Parts: sequence; C-alpha cells; structure tokens
Amino acid sequence: MSEYSLENLDTPSGDGLPASASSSIVSQETVSQETMTGAEIFVRALDAQGVKYVFGHPGGAVIKIYDEIARIQPRFKHILVRHEQGGTHMAEGYAKATGRVGTVLVTSGPGATNTVTGIADAYMDSVPIVVFTGQVPTHLIGNDAFQETDIIGVTRSITKHSFQVKRVQDLTRTIKEAYHIAKTGRPGPVVVDLPKDILFAEDTFRYPEGVALRGYSTQVNIVETQIALAARMISESKKPLLYVGGGTLNSDAAEELTAFARKTKIPVTTTLHGLSSFPENDPLSLGMLGMHGTWYANQAVQNCDLIIAVGARFDDRVTGKLDAWAPHARVVHIDIDPSCISKNIPVECPILGNVKDVLDMLGPLVEEKDTAEWLGQIDVWREECPLAYEKDDRLRAQGVIEKLREKTDGNAVVVSDVGQHQMWTAQYFKYVHPRSHITSGGLGTMGFCLPAAIGAAFGLRLEGRDDVPVISISGDGGFVMNAQEMSVAAAHRLPIKIIVINNRFLGMVRQWQELFHENRYSHTDLTDTNPDFVKLAEANHVVGLRASTPKELDEAIEKAWSINDGPVLIECQVEKEEMVFPMVPAGAATGDMITERFSHDHDV
Amino acid sequence: MESTLTPQQIFRKRAAGEPLNEGETPQIRRHIINVTLDNSIGALNRVANLFCQRGFNLESVAVGKTDDTSLSRMTLVTAGTTRKVEQVLLQLENLVDTVEVDDVTDLEFVERELCLLKVRYTSKNRSEVMDILDIFKGRVVDITPETMTIEVTGPTKKINAFVGMMEPFGIDELHRSGRVAMRRALVHGS
Repeated sequence: MSEYSLENLDTPSGDGLPASASSSIVSQETVSQETMTGAEIFVRALDAQGVKYVFGHPGGAVIKIYDEIARIQPRFKHILVRHEQGGTHMAEGYAKATGRVGTVLVTSGPGATNTVTGIADAYMDSVPIVVFTGQVPTHLIGNDAFQETDIIGVTRSITKHSFQVKRVQDLTRTIKEAYHIAKTGRPGPVVVDLPKDILFAEDTFRYPEGVALRGYSTQVNIVETQIALAARMISESKKPLLYVGGGTLNSDAAEELTAFARKTKIPVTTTLHGLSSFPENDPLSLGMLGMHGTWYANQAVQNCDLIIAVGARFDDRVTGKLDAWAPHARVVHIDIDPSCISKNIPVECPILGNVKDVLDMLGPLVEEKDTAEWLGQIDVWREECPLAYEKDDRLRAQGVIEKLREKTDGNAVVVSDVGQHQMWTAQYFKYVHPRSHITSGGLGTMGFCLPAAIGAAFGLRLEGRDDVPVISISGDGGFVMNAQEMSVAAAHRLPIKIIVINNRFLGMVRQWQELFHENRYSHTDLTDTNPDFVKLAEANHVVGLRASTPKELDEAIEKAWSINDGPVLIECQVEKEEMVFPMVPAGAATGDMITERFSHDHDV
Repeated sequence: MESTLTPQQIFRKRAAGEPLNEGETPQIRRHIINVTLDNSIGALNRVANLFCQRGFNLESVAVGKTDDTSLSRMTLVTAGTTRKVEQVLLQLENLVDTVEVDDVTDLEFVERELCLLKVRYTSKNRSEVMDILDIFKGRVVDITPETMTIEVTGPTKKINAFVGMMEPFGIDELHRSGRVAMRRALVHGS
C-alpha cells in the first residue's frame, strides 16, 4: 500500500468532522460472531471504544492493521504523521485540548522507540494517551529479529502501565483496560505492544463493557473530616493562597475553582500547567509562581499563612529550595494521586480525591472571607515589581505574545514549546478560558509545540470549535526539532497560526550561560545555522511570513488571520539577548528572585 | 539553627522524620513489606524497576506462588526514613499489578530466610562444625572430603549469627534466599 492512498483517506472532506456513520461500513456493534483477523478486531475495537483520531505511521509489524483500515474504513480517522515522536505529541495536544484520550499507532523497533520522548512527556505531565506499538511475531521475540525492540522494557519507568498482547483472545479486553487506565485516576500514558502474529490470528469480536482490574481502583472516598479540617484551616487563616496545578484542568474543575476563589476572596497563583484554570484578568489572579513566576506571586507564597494546593505536585521549578519555601504556611493539599501528597512537603491536611468533587464538598463549608488587608499587601507587591520589559520600536518576544493576546482577546488555544518563549507565553498571554494553554512542563520537551498544536486543532475540529484559533508558539531552536509535521497541518488544512520566535539563539541556555557561566555561549548561537523559516514553511505547503519590527508584525498577523483554510507561519525576528525575568535561580529560595540583569560578580 | 526555623518548618521536618538541627542524621529504619501482585507478565519487573526508577533502597526480594494461582507474593526489605518508606508504599500501591501492599514491620509477624552455605572442613574440626550446625538446627545437604553444604532456615538474625560462626572455618560459597514474612494469626490474648 502506498503512502499516497492513505493520505487520501485522511484528506478532510467539507467540515473535516470525523467520517460520518453513513460512510462507514463498520457498525457500532460490540459483538460479532463471524471470525476475523486480530487486525480487524483491533480496528473495530477502536471504533467501539469511541476513538476519533489515530495519529500513526505504518510499518512492517502493523501493516495488517493499515490494510484493515483501508479495507473496512472505520469511523475513526487515521492521521499520517511524519515522525512517530510528532504522533505522540499530537495525541497529547489532542488530549489536553479536549480531555479525551489520545491514540498513537506505530510499528515495532524504531517506530516504537521514536515514541519514547512523547511517552515520557505524557508521563510527567499526566496526559492520557494510549500508544499501540507493533512487535515482531511472538515466536521471534527475544531473537534480535528485524525491527525488534523490547518496548515494554524500554518504557517501563515512563508509563502508567503497559501490556503485551500474547493471545488474540485478549486483544479487546486489553484495549478496553488500556483506555480505562490512561483516563482514570491520575491520567498517564499506556503502551500496548501488539506482536504481528496476533494481528493475523483469527477470533470472533466482543468488546467488553467494563474492566475488571483488581489491583487498580478508581474509587476514592473523600474523607469528610479532612474536608472539615480544611474548612477550619481556611477560616483560621488571615493570608491564604490558592496554589493551582494541572490537576484542576484534568478534572474539569476550572469553574468550581473560580467560584471557590471568588466566594472566599482567596488570591490564586497557578503553576505552568495550572494556567487557564483561573481567569487571569480577575483581580484575584497572581499569574504563575515559581522559577519564572511573577514576583508578587512568589512574595505571596513566602508570606502567606495558608497554602491550598489544588491538583499540584510541589515541583522543584515551583518550590526552589524546599526548606525555605512558604515558611509560614500551613498546607492543605488536594490531589487524586496519593503518592503526590506529602512527597516533597509534608502537609497538615491531605485530601485525596478528584479536585472537582473535593471543591464541590468544600465550597459550601467555607464562609466568605475578609482578605482585604492581605489583598492590599499583594497589590503593593504588584506595583513594586510588575512583569515588565523594555518597550521601544524594536520587536521583542514579550511584545509578540502581548500582540497575539490583543488580537485574540484570549480566545485562542495557545501551545508553546520549551525555553524563553515558553515562559513569556506563560507570563504575558493572560489566559481566561480553561484548556487554552498547552505546553510541555515536566519533561521540557523541545519540539513538542507544533505537533501538539496540530493535535489540539484536530480536537477543536472534532468539537466544532474551528473558529477558535490554535496558536503554536516556538523558539527557533525547538521548532526545527519537529518541523516536519508542518506538512501534516498543511495536508489537513488546519488553520494553525505558527509563530516562530527567532532570536537566533538557544535562548534559555544562553540566559543561564550569561547568568551563571560567565558569558561563555557554548553552542547556543544559531545565527549562521538556522534555516530560512519562511522557505521552510513554503517547502511544506505552509504560507510563510516574516516580521522584524512591531509594524511588520501587525501586518503579518492581519494577513495570517485572514487565512483560514490552512496553516500560516510567522517568523518573528526578535531581539537577540532578551532575558526572562523575574527568576529564581535553580536551587535558590523562592524569596531570592533576580528581577533584572546584574553584573557577574553578583553573589548568586 | 533551630531558632531560625518557623513553626511550620519545624512541623514539616518532624512530619518527615528529618532532624531539626544541622549535623544530626535522619532516622533510617528497615521495613518488611509484603506485596501481593497479579501473576501477569512483567509484574515482577515493574516492582523491581520501581526501586531503581525512584532511587529506593532494596535489600532483599523473595517472590513465589501463592495459594491463588493468579497471584504471586513478594516480600521486600527496604530501609529509609519514614517519609521515604511511605513513598515506597504509595508508589507500590500505584502500580496496576499490585493487589495488596502490607508493611508488616510494626505488626506481629513470622519471618524465615533460607541459607545454603558451603564451608571447608578438616578431620580435626569436623565435629566442631557439626556441633554448631546442631545448635542452629541445620542440615548437611551435600558433602565432599573438603567441603560440606549446609542448609539453615530461620529469621534473618539467626542466619547472620550462623554465617558469623562459620566464617572462621572458611566459607566457599553462600547463598541466601531473602526474607519471606507472614502476619501472625493471633488467636489468644491479641
């Protein structure tokens, strides 16, 4: 089968919604008495599971599945990715934008190992994805056969769980369990390894209705006395602070959180993944905390007398030096993962449970608080040291982000890569809609952004929210790491606005070299080696634009927003040596923030 | 140093079992944990891998079948601060394959370890070796004119003592199974 005909299958028709039932010959049946191959069972199982998109790449070990996709035309759409890593990030972006489980299908050996970075990323950031990997036939496993890799072994410490299907009779049950595990509890990646002979073996089809996993329970009984304790701690506090992480978005609790904060008048600071769970135009919002958080958020942390951690994990980029973090705060911690609670900081009031359920129970028990004095203090800090950068006629990355915010009024899904631009995107966009900010946080995967934006765009298309623009914001270093996926965006006419913040440097590493390594810019200058991004875009059937002044940026944005039937890339040639401030140096106490450039002899 | 800590910092250090003053060492304790897990492919691997992945200490592992053919049982011995061991338990529970995780350290339990030991002997000291063997209720399971292989079972402390007694004779080979432990079924006065 040629790649071409697969691509044709994927070409969007009309609104690009998933193939309608009438164009599919696969019925919604979950039981069939006729025997069929494992590959057909696999394809039917994904339909029965309700999968809408599969991000995949064919190869020898999974060729039978691709054959069945062509033959029976399932209801899900297969998206041909150009590199398996791109496929995993697409699945992540899709999952983060919609709350659904992302699906990846790759072949054995290199196909499988190429997914490793994406799996690790999903593991660190609790993203529900299921990765199906091909495998050599069972009788060849362990023989160093062609394209054989022990992918279960390779991914053991970066998956929530993994399966190798040894009998065709176990196939549907395994698929059901994989999706269940990926989605429930603290979400995460699941790998399902499919030996080739299983895909050729025959069986009848039966998709199970439920799962029976005796070692895995999703039942959480929220302890009422803990809720009461939390309510009491809140009423006793004078200077409370909500510290909100990605778990809030994972449990779709942004609305509950916002109502809770507004009722109690408790200020809110969010982690990188917590961004967009609380509207940043609300006076209670302090923006992000931590290494590149706002000065006032970190001041609030260091001075508050109560921290209510909501779906957050006290990551080292948030806390800096643990011993010195929030020295006066009693801590309430709400999380779904028991191993997260008291892992880094022992907490006085742990509450195990889904954020949404816990807030539903806690909300009615807390009174409206008078936090005026505390909020007044925070406002003083806000004025003392606001987020700021030099504003002149030169194009700066922060200005690009603010311009995009102004253009969209916050009504966009913003996907960022890793590095300086990521921090500016976190600081300056001011998110107001839940799930409108997607990035690679825990693993810090350069190259994440573009494929994740593609996955998010498919997610919005599925939900009929095509009018919400997806903005992919990368640096020049990270963008080239998965630039090949531009052709996927072009093939499916996804109207993604691809912004490349080009400072001709690996900027964040450069920043550390300037601050901590005496300006030795070892291998971070890309001036002579960067591609021509406009030409790169055009070579991938993407409209390419360039801006090097604020005025050119305005024009480029106007033009980009007038194109709605495909992706547009804007290369923003920005100031070379801009720094992300404020900053808590790695391992330093949160109170010790650097707020501006200093000379080298400064005592760090 | 203690005077510079805030009450909350003192609370956190106490809860974590960490020393309040600089220079003091945290209290490390040995824990015996029974893990019941699904007899599925890779389950044992995942448990062993967890210790490596999270940097937990693993002193011994013993694993085998149970009365239920779909389950295996494992006894793990780990050492660490209270907080570290709590993490071990929670991370073990998080594994999909683990059905039950039971820290028996502070409970009434029986434990046994099997030891096979090959010791050198001569006609002069043979009866001395046999006397010690008798005290430890060991058995000779293999013998040559120069060496005998001895089987001893018992709690780890007994095995340690036995190995210590054999050292002067010259140990050629030593193989210990690791501990297996089981909660006592208390019927009287419990």
